[in-house]
Amino acid sequence: MSDPLFEFCCRMGDNTLVLGHRVSEWCGVAPVLEEDIALANTALDLIGQTQLWLGLAGEVEGKGRDADKLAFHRDVWDFRNVLLAEQPNGDFGQTMMRQFLFDSWHLMYLKALMSSSHEQVAAIAEKSVKEVTYHLERSTDTVIGLGDGTTESHERMQKALDRLYPFVGEMFIDDEVDAAMVEAGIAPDPSSLRAEYDAHLDTVLAEATLTKPEDDFAHKGGKTGVRHTEHLGHMLTQMQWLQRAYPDATW
Amino acid sequence: MSSPESSPYKDSEASPHEETRKTEWPLWEVFIRGQHGLSHRHVGSLHAPDAEMAIKNARDVYTRRNEGVSIWVVEAVHIAASSPEEKGSLYEPSNDKVYRHPTFFDIPDEVGAM
Amino acid sequence: MYAQMIKSTGQGVKSLDEMEPEERAFQERINAGGKIEPKDWMPDGYRKNLIRQIGQHAHSEIVGQLPEGNWITRAPTLERKAILLAKVQDEAGHGLYLYCAAETLGVTRDDLTRDLLSGKMKYSSIFNYPTLTWADMGAVGWLVDGAAIMNQVPLQRTSYGPYARAMVRICKEESFHQRQGYDIMMKMANGTEAQRRMAQDALNRFWYPSLMMFGPSDKDSVHSAQSMAWKIKMNTNDELRQKFVDQTVPQAEYLGLTVPDEHLKWNEETGHYDFSEPDWTEFFDVLKGNGPCNTERLEARNKAWDEGRWVREGLLAHAAKKRAAKMAAE
Repeated sequence: MSDPLFEFCCRMGDNTLVLGHRVSEWCGVAPVLEEDIALANTALDLIGQTQLWLGLAGEVEGKGRDADKLAFHRDVWDFRNVLLAEQPNGDFGQTMMRQFLFDSWHLMYLKALMSSSHEQVAAIAEKSVKEVTYHLERSTDTVIGLGDGTTESHERMQKALDRLYPFVGEMFIDDEVDAAMVEAGIAPDPSSLRAEYDAHLDTVLAEATLTKPEDDFAHKGGKTGVRHTEHLGHMLTQMQWLQRAYPDATW
Repeated sequence: MSSPESSPYKDSEASPHEETRKTEWPLWEVFIRGQHGLSHRHVGSLHAPDAEMAIKNARDVYTRRNEGVSIWVVEAVHIAASSPEEKGSLYEPSNDKVYRHPTFFDIPDEVGAM
Repeated sequence: MYAQMIKSTGQGVKSLDEMEPEERAFQERINAGGKIEPKDWMPDGYRKNLIRQIGQHAHSEIVGQLPEGNWITRAPTLERKAILLAKVQDEAGHGLYLYCAAETLGVTRDDLTRDLLSGKMKYSSIFNYPTLTWADMGAVGWLVDGAAIMNQVPLQRTSYGPYARAMVRICKEESFHQRQGYDIMMKMANGTEAQRRMAQDALNRFWYPSLMMFGPSDKDSVHSAQSMAWKIKMNTNDELRQKFVDQTVPQAEYLGLTVPDEHLKWNEETGHYDFSEPDWTEFFDVLKGNGPCNTERLEARNKAWDEGRWVREGLLAHAAKKRAAKMAAE
């Protein structure tokens, strides 16, 4: 295993990179102008957070790789984002459900990181918490609004939840990187956040008149990089194409 | 950009956009108080399904460059406005009351700032 | 420009003496630099023209998101991705401000949108050209936004209050757009051989379409004369085009790029550049729907609108339920 702190920073940065990229795919084609603008704000926040996390990852690694190098010159097996983040946008409902499921975890985790023993980690978390608090407010409102809205919107949101719920569990699986972070006082055990997450989810889903799937099965392999979904590779071919095609160029 | 997966609801709701139902969100007027303690100022309008979303949309649309610290929204249909024909009776009476403006009074320079 | 082919409904410009008292008061207010506000009396032609012009302008912003949006997922660095996304987001904002300005004239945004989607209303010809390499992000910012600014800056003084105020906001936000485009061009023009080729290629492809943005010569047009009398058009197309060429040629030289016009040369006598007219046949073809990307652009807008319907309806239905529940509780 490489330096667990490097792994940890890549996990945080790859989550925001991959999800930010997904959200940015909506730019110009959202259901209404106001949503278009709001989604772009979310994507911009996530890209900004990526620069901080991957920048820190590069520093920790100490091999001269900066955030761009890490974002644009690693292949699928080196990415450490959770599988949820790389799931395709689907319809607007699927996008907002993915956002809600992620934001709920993201905010709890970042809040815990604010008291990290690592000064830079705590600083990035503090900046991010302000942004993600708003992301969660917005995605929560949308999930409730569309879950409770019309028959069609309700059906679509239930479908989105069913489709994405199997990717929730991965965010709460502890592994040796997490253990090392707990040991160093840098980050909490993900599993310690599960109860709070579930309580929050239940409240929101009830208001949204949506039903949480009974099966608790969890896909995994994203945060360890062991087995991503096929979607990530296609995203990278687009995202990294210029850097890969013209490696000697600066932009 | 990559496009969202194609709709599984092809022939139901997401079909041609003729005017079957009125689905336009109401129009809201947005007022923002900036950093410097000035009053809320009208900055523009937007559409939103309700007041809560209007405030959120206003935050996303009208404060992208740190323009504000406080947002008011009011549904446009609830704004009562003076009519242009009344302009004379409403505003002209104050035209000749120049003594309301500080420059009306000549204060000698020796007195200092006032 | 963003509203290129606005046909005035007026019959040529009336003199003040030919006008009825209300219209005369209206025109005198405009002549004196005053603003017309939504509830003020205005001639029907003024209202109709403005709706079309502001609507076209708004549509151009919205459709204009697409050619640049085309590169957001391929931007070469995180910073470039963020900048481009922020810029395209601004365009959505500008479309929104303009639709709101149009709404003060008695149309709804949905009315205007439907007319865009059915092809009844137009948007600027420029957005029917494809963006093929990353250098196009530079060229679009530098040339297309540069051309747009020529028109938008004077429109801040247009006679219709809500339109003028929207333009003030837009101009303030737009100030970074052209610069970010030129910044990309500088990187490309001073980069590798491949980057330089991309930069020149982008200039080659966007030069004439940018000149077309100002619309055909209108110096003898009665329509333009009426719009100028109403101060909803501030300069002739030719004036703005000349100003654009004069400003842009030295910028191209600085980049070491060649403007694709063999007749381009400085004219000592006039103090302006002489340049070749764009191919106006191509321009009218693009307006008719035969540009390289007309089909894709309208398809993309229609798809977004159709697939977004359930979302707009869903959130509206939820708001209504909430309202009903609140009233029941009171």
